[in-house]
Amino acid sequence: MDLSLSTRTVGDRTIVEVGGEIDVYTAPKLREQLVELVNDGSYHLVVDMEGVDFLDSTGLGVLVGGLKRVRAHEGSLRLVCNQERILKIFRITGLTKVFPIHSSVDEAVAATD
Amino acid sequence: MAIVELRFSALPEHVRTARLVAAAVARRAGVDEAVLDEVRLAVGEACSRAVGLHMSHDLDTPVRVALIEEEKKFSIEVGDAAPTASASAHNSSGSAAPAAKSDEDEAEGEMGLAVISGLVDDVEVTADDKGGLIRMSWPVIPEPVLP
Repeated sequence: MDLSLSTRTVGDRTIVEVGGEIDVYTAPKLREQLVELVNDGSYHLVVDMEGVDFLDSTGLGVLVGGLKRVRAHEGSLRLVCNQERILKIFRITGLTKVFPIHSSVDEAVAATD
Repeated sequence: MAIVELRFSALPEHVRTARLVAAAVARRAGVDEAVLDEVRLAVGEACSRAVGLHMSHDLDTPVRVALIEEEKKFSIEVGDAAPTASASAHNSSGSAAPAAKSDEDEAEGEMGLAVISGLVDDVEVTADDKGGLIRMSWPVIPEPVLP
């Protein structure tokens, strides 16, 4: 399965809905999308990963890159994920301490910290 | 011992194929269903790393994957033909790897290894001047003995 991407805005947050597989082949598309959003002035991103079937370290690298970009503008990048097999990858790489991970888009949009 | 070998051009689009083949062979070999996601991820990481190394060293040789079914374990070997960092570190000529590899690629490769190490208990990473090899093994569930 290829990667699907769609975006919408809720208040000052931009929701990036990702579906399919994020791997070495598809991750550049996600990178492009995140870079474009930041270049267009969207600095508070919520990446909804509920439709993601597969994520590898290339995808993690893209998310970390996105986080660096929004932080340069004092923005935020939050993730929405409930899938154990995806969460496990964040845990074993220690990235659960880097990304705020929420169980729903509503929760991520409402979060401030 | 039964073996399935796969060789593919070092292109990112073929990594998914390697993942699918590895998972199918692992399932057939008797690897626990609960572990198949880990097998898929680990072989994907190893292949992505190998593809990255071949591309950054401008190699046109294929990436090699061997799926080996043994009596009590299932092993996957992913081999690349790139003189890896650890091997080139021993190269005193000073003309080791080309400098095309960016820090970001390097970091992604290392993150891939970190994921593999976190996922797979039995993993071995070796390298020499001919290339690198990642060998990973998982236990297989023995077939029940029929009465």
